[in-house]
Amino acid sequence: MADMTQSGLAVTPARIAAPRRRSPYPGWFFLPAAIIYGVLFLLPTVASLYFSLTRWTLFNSTFIGLDNFAQFLREPFLIKGLINTVIYAVITSSMKVVLGLLLAVLLTSQIAARGYLRSVVFFPVLVSTVGVGITFTVLMHPTNGMINEGLALLGIKGPGWLVNPNLALYSVALVDVWKGVGLATVIYIAGIVAIPRDYYEAARIDGATKLQNFFYITLPLCRPATSTVIILSFIGGLRTFDLIWAMTRGGPGFASDTVASVIYKQYQSGFYGLSTAGNVVLFVLIAVLVVPLTMMLNRKEGHE
Amino acid sequence: MSFIRKYWLSAVAILVSVVVFLVPFAFIVLTAFKDPKQASLLDFSWPQGNYLWGNIVEVVTTRNWMLVTAFVNSSILTVASVALLVIFGAMVGFVLQRRKTRLNGLIEFLILAGLMIPPAVVPTIWLLQGIQLFGRLHGLILIEVAYGLPFTILLYRAFISTIPRELDEAAIIDGARPFDVFFKVILPLLWPVTVTNIVVQSVAIFNDFTNPLYYLPGNANATVQLTLYNFQSQFNTSYNLLFTNIVLITIPPLIVFLFFNRQIVAGMTAGAVKG
Repeated sequence: MADMTQSGLAVTPARIAAPRRRSPYPGWFFLPAAIIYGVLFLLPTVASLYFSLTRWTLFNSTFIGLDNFAQFLREPFLIKGLINTVIYAVITSSMKVVLGLLLAVLLTSQIAARGYLRSVVFFPVLVSTVGVGITFTVLMHPTNGMINEGLALLGIKGPGWLVNPNLALYSVALVDVWKGVGLATVIYIAGIVAIPRDYYEAARIDGATKLQNFFYITLPLCRPATSTVIILSFIGGLRTFDLIWAMTRGGPGFASDTVASVIYKQYQSGFYGLSTAGNVVLFVLIAVLVVPLTMMLNRKEGHE
Repeated sequence: MSFIRKYWLSAVAILVSVVVFLVPFAFIVLTAFKDPKQASLLDFSWPQGNYLWGNIVEVVTTRNWMLVTAFVNSSILTVASVALLVIFGAMVGFVLQRRKTRLNGLIEFLILAGLMIPPAVVPTIWLLQGIQLFGRLHGLILIEVAYGLPFTILLYRAFISTIPRELDEAAIIDGARPFDVFFKVILPLLWPVTVTNIVVQSVAIFNDFTNPLYYLPGNANATVQLTLYNFQSQFNTSYNLLFTNIVLITIPPLIVFLFFNRQIVAGMTAGAVKG
């Protein structure tokens, strides 16, 4: 350090004479990121607002007003996609919150094989979603699938997980939870580990039970983790595409279509305007649901 | 808690974890060892003979060595995108954290918007076609950078706030140019969060299915996730090959998991504690 200062002093006179002192935090540092982000993300997002109002072939577009949106709200299968998206997001995020918290409590307690359990719960997060989807499509096969064969051993007749239209969306949501619960768990573990031990000490002296510890210390004090898990998995659930596509392609029929799979299907069929309208719908859906949710979670946090 | 009860709970937890989490992976690996006939039964059984090597050879050479092409494409995609993400993201995070101007509010809004808003697919394709980048690997690289930047910037900004400002000032007084202050003084200090960024983003980009599907069509350009998708229709009944493929493309994330588990967890839980 002393060395640096000395050599620095030797150079200083020349540098001071420099005509203009530049800011050590130059604005052009924003430039590369801003160009890439602006051109490839912001520009298309803004353009989507216009193109969603057109009949569009990529080469020319005809302005048709709100027709695409009207169609979105009129066609039963498009409406179905909209409802499915919300159901899917609510189910996956709430299951991840509950299971993630329970697993985190379990994995921060004095349990044997903790390291193994943490790894095994977290590993699916890193495996390709499509790989997981294909694997579970096979495991959920109605007659030959391992899940139903296992249930048969217990004397239970397994359902047609992915072929029953009333069940397909929930089956995919279940696999989503299987793959994503590890992330919720590690977020909760980080939150729980950060709670000062003193609280539990004090509670122990006061004779609190395990259950009281959980409801009066752990749960309120890992609220930041809860909001992170809810918001992350809720946005993820609303945007979900690859798992649905790998497992059911929105089927049977349109039973498990989500907005994201509708966007892809309309794109494939060449209805670019309608597909883009789907994008705008998804955007609005996320904004309408997630912004109030975020504000609610943060406000409550401030009160405590 | 009594000794017996503690072990009882552990035993149940381990048993459940084996059934729920290990059995599916065991199924994938076992099926990769089977011959087509046994694999088509889809059951959880020990392979009758070891066909793994034959399966690997067949999967790798199918469709003119498509899997090899895909691995090369995915590696280029991952390395290039992550390199750009790290440099550009760190630059933004640094100036954003250090210099408070009226622009900061807007930039932070744009970052949050990027985390939330789903990309507008068809307008992006239209734009990529306009600038001659549609269906090209470097176009997809820039897309991955654009989509990954918000998260990377947030990680960097949080970490940079722990590095004392005096350090930049000392370097400036010593006559370093802003460029050198960042690249020679600050960037090396960011190494821990850089590792986190590299690991988290490379897993995400390597596993990405949706963006290559939209922006990089065509077999010559396939990435590893898309080979899986192609195989599924081609080998409708050849489950041994399908699962061999899954095993092969899971190896890179597995390696990352074994060596960088802590960094991944650190990156993914960033912000969880403070909200």
